[in-house]
Amino acid sequence: MSFVSEGAELRGRVAAESDLGFAEPSLATVGDYIALLKPRVMSLVVFTALVGLAVAPGSLHPVAAFTALLCIAVGAGASGALNMWYDADVDAVMTRTARRPVPAGKVKPGEALAFGLTLSGFAVVTLGILVNWVAGALLAFTIFFYAVVYTMWLKRSTPQNIVIGGAAGAFPPMIGWAAVTGSVSLESVLLFAIIFFWTPPHFWALALYKTDDYARAGIPMLPVVAGDVSTRRQILLYTLILVPFGIAPWALGFAGIVYGAVSVVTGAIMLALAVRVLRESRPADRAARNLFAFSILYLFLLFATLLVERGWGGLMARLAA
Amino acid sequence: MDEPRKEEEGIVLTEAQKRARRSRSIAIALALGALVILFYIMTLVKGPAVLIRPM
Repeated sequence: MSFVSEGAELRGRVAAESDLGFAEPSLATVGDYIALLKPRVMSLVVFTALVGLAVAPGSLHPVAAFTALLCIAVGAGASGALNMWYDADVDAVMTRTARRPVPAGKVKPGEALAFGLTLSGFAVVTLGILVNWVAGALLAFTIFFYAVVYTMWLKRSTPQNIVIGGAAGAFPPMIGWAAVTGSVSLESVLLFAIIFFWTPPHFWALALYKTDDYARAGIPMLPVVAGDVSTRRQILLYTLILVPFGIAPWALGFAGIVYGAVSVVTGAIMLALAVRVLRESRPADRAARNLFAFSILYLFLLFATLLVERGWGGLMARLAA
Repeated sequence: MDEPRKEEEGIVLTEAQKRARRSRSIAIALALGALVILFYIMTLVKGPAVLIRPM
């Protein structure tokens, strides 16, 4: 079964059915354009970038910090718009994504592309000029990685799509860190690694109970290509790698005892849920849904604890200075 | 005697399209205004250092 050819065929069909040009005046509202930015994904990106920014050593003026977060948010939104432009064909056949503005016909593909490119340019140049060019370059690379490497290349060609593509979602704390320090260090790489290894169990848990959706769209997600059992094993394997990385900031003295306790307890729950996903026979819906939901809480708790424990004091001191 | 004016050619927007265009135009104006204010404030924040641009 060739997912590439199936995807191409589907793409051609949807392209033929939809108007790709600008001939017909648009009915797109501001709300439709905001939906293109994937606000929920954007909020997680802003949060992890804030943590990177707050825990980084050194000082940054509050207005510059706000500017950095704004640019990272807009850059993330722009890559979301580019993703929706390119993936309109597969989004149209998946229940989870069929109501997105492009497949729903509210925004034309050309409009989404222009919107994504314009915002990308503004976000990168503004971050570079007003904060620093290391952060600007990292943001540019992140947008490129998500829109081109993940969306255009990996997503339709390999079941390892979200493993490698997960790097795009892992960059924001590193960009936040670079906005303050102008460099990349071991601590920021650690924050990157936590999100990087968190992505596979998170998305494969979702893919386990959305397998039909992905198969219909011709996306070679791991459960579609390698099957249910193999995916559950891989989920456990990546969770086993993720948990030590989650604890590492405390183990390496980069975070305090509260973070240590939170990372150990939540890591144990993640592992228990991953084991339950492995043991549960078909359909793995319930266990997979539980793991998917908890994985979001897990990442949030790790970063929130880091923010409160290490970052908040520093952030307040900077604001008071 | 003048000939009757030919009906204007091209696309004529519906009311809904005009409303959507107007809301988009206002959003673009607000976004550009915010960008100008952001650059102005950051210039004040940086002071003379705004001219120093290490790569």
